[in-house]
Amino acid sequence: MDKNNNLPLNGKKRPNLIPNLIAIAVFIGLIAFLEMNKFTYTYEISTLERAAVYAVVAVSMNLLTGFTGLFSLGQAGFMAIGAYTVAIFTIPVAQRPSVYYVDGISPLIANIHLPFWAALLLGGLIAAGIAALIGIPVLRLKSDYLAIATLGFSEIIRALISAPQFNKITNGSYGLKNIPTFPNLFVFFGIVILCIALMVLLINSSYGRAFKAIREDEVAAESMGLNLFHYKELSFVISSFFTGVGGGLLAMFMRSIDSKTFQVALTYDILLIVVLGGIGSVTGSVIGAFLITFGREWLRFFDEPLTIAGVSIPLFRTGFRMVVFSVLLMVVVLFHSRGLMGTNEFSWPGFLRWLKSFPARFGGRKKVPSDPASKGGTKA
Amino acid sequence: MSETKLPENNVLRLDHITMQFGGVVAVNDLSVDVNRGEIVALIGPNGAGKTTAFNCITGIYEPTNGRVLYNGNVILANCPHGKMKWQYIGDFAPMDLKPVIRTPDEITKLGIARTFQNIRLFHNLTVFDNVLIAKHMRAKQNVFSATLRINHAEEARMRKETTELLEMQGLLKYKDEIASSLPYGLQRRLEIARALATSPSLLLLDEPAAGMNPQETQDLTDFIRKIRDEYKLTIFMIEHHMDLVMQISDRIYVLDFGREIAVGTPEEVQNNDRVIDAYLGVSEEDA
Repeated sequence: MDKNNNLPLNGKKRPNLIPNLIAIAVFIGLIAFLEMNKFTYTYEISTLERAAVYAVVAVSMNLLTGFTGLFSLGQAGFMAIGAYTVAIFTIPVAQRPSVYYVDGISPLIANIHLPFWAALLLGGLIAAGIAALIGIPVLRLKSDYLAIATLGFSEIIRALISAPQFNKITNGSYGLKNIPTFPNLFVFFGIVILCIALMVLLINSSYGRAFKAIREDEVAAESMGLNLFHYKELSFVISSFFTGVGGGLLAMFMRSIDSKTFQVALTYDILLIVVLGGIGSVTGSVIGAFLITFGREWLRFFDEPLTIAGVSIPLFRTGFRMVVFSVLLMVVVLFHSRGLMGTNEFSWPGFLRWLKSFPARFGGRKKVPSDPASKGGTKA
Repeated sequence: MSETKLPENNVLRLDHITMQFGGVVAVNDLSVDVNRGEIVALIGPNGAGKTTAFNCITGIYEPTNGRVLYNGNVILANCPHGKMKWQYIGDFAPMDLKPVIRTPDEITKLGIARTFQNIRLFHNLTVFDNVLIAKHMRAKQNVFSATLRINHAEEARMRKETTELLEMQGLLKYKDEIASSLPYGLQRRLEIARALATSPSLLLLDEPAAGMNPQETQDLTDFIRKIRDEYKLTIFMIEHHMDLVMQISDRIYVLDFGREIAVGTPEEVQNNDRVIDAYLGVSEEDA
């Protein structure tokens, strides 16, 4: 469980401080290195960026699903709102005629150009505003029904975006391109870390506790003076805000988007990350985002034809990668039924314990009684 | 809002409350008075409608008919409307009231806290967090000041109050334990502590001694008296343990099949024939 006494309020000893500083230094060094060699490592950088965007969206989904107990599948819709807002307002005015080459651009938005940070913020705010509106009817539903309603909403958004009637705004099914990207990697990762940090602060605040209370027991939470609708709506709106920002980041990273980018499959990707990382664990979502995004890339060699000693292995062909990936996911979920992290958060002592548990697990020595902490396979 | 003449020290009054679900009348024309500083018990056989009555007071259900007054003010009122107009079969005639509906959180804000028959703790949270959540309601922060830690003075105060409350309830040494890992008796106590953290003036206890052995029940009796005096509470409780009820109640209301069948001091109720019949059953010859 997250220890709330890690808050800066009570100046307790923090065993994580030094390793954290080292990790931050390594991270900054890595980003600086990639920034300096960005033309050599384009592939690595783009994978890293995609993972980081997914991490933001996964954490915001976790805020809703893991911490408030609301199972929503509207992520792709809110991402689309954020992405299209950012795209529409940041494509350089000079390039707009070539982007909107089919029907031209609506004069309402033709000359409005925003700096990317303002567009990201606006994207988040519009997503949050729409979430507030649809939250009023939808949040009366529970569990699976809420998921279906939000899934429907997400599809409606996608249908609206690709509707020919909105060609002058969203460019319909032709998509938007020439979206300017980030000035440098530091800005990008700065925004990602800021978003996640804000959500972590929220989760550890009094409001985060209120959300958890609702997740644990709605009736009891209500009898503690928490207005269920108010807090569910709050969580939904905040989660959608960050999902919208995440969508905006995705647009800036991909540089061109169309309505197909925001199909249900995108929501499932995020859901996969949240479940794999652990529902109710922020660090789990971040780890999950990087593992899944990189896992897909690492497994690429399964798609290449493979010849061993003159014999071509027939399985290795395009698409085999996803089979292996899915099998790996099943194995992970079988061994970590509550996700990699469960509801725990990453901590260095926990990480060391996890590393130390390896010889015991694979050395075949049954002597070591598996203590509950390592049995769940959790790192914290 | 107060239009009825009530005794000065009346804390809670149920005024002809009827709760009907479809064709089932769970609570039928129940009128209860609870005065300041009293411990009043509501007893009755299983299924008599005691918990339903509690749920009506705390806003979980909207009563079909009748009013609830708290400190002389109407906090809940309803009369049959819609389909219920012709379905209504309660004893007391429909009261033709302007409906006053409140959600459970609003009732808690008014100062009525409750516990539940089947313990409803936040199971996966720590003991400390369980109580701390109850403090959230009366905090002045908003979501921005809380996220950005501008409210740290208030947060620190909430934590201090929670620590004090846990200390007083003897739960401080368990503060970092997960609530569901506590033994049953302590979970009950934690639920009461959590209710106290909402700073109530009226505490509704739904079977606080359920599942307790005689020793634990005796401890609980002293505990209820103690919190009543320390926090200047009025207590209205549902209980099945007769020794507990008879020891500490100032007055007892007896329900059977949703109807009030007796009211009075413990001695009066113990000697009431209808109460004995309700609990032990009436044999064919006696009936």
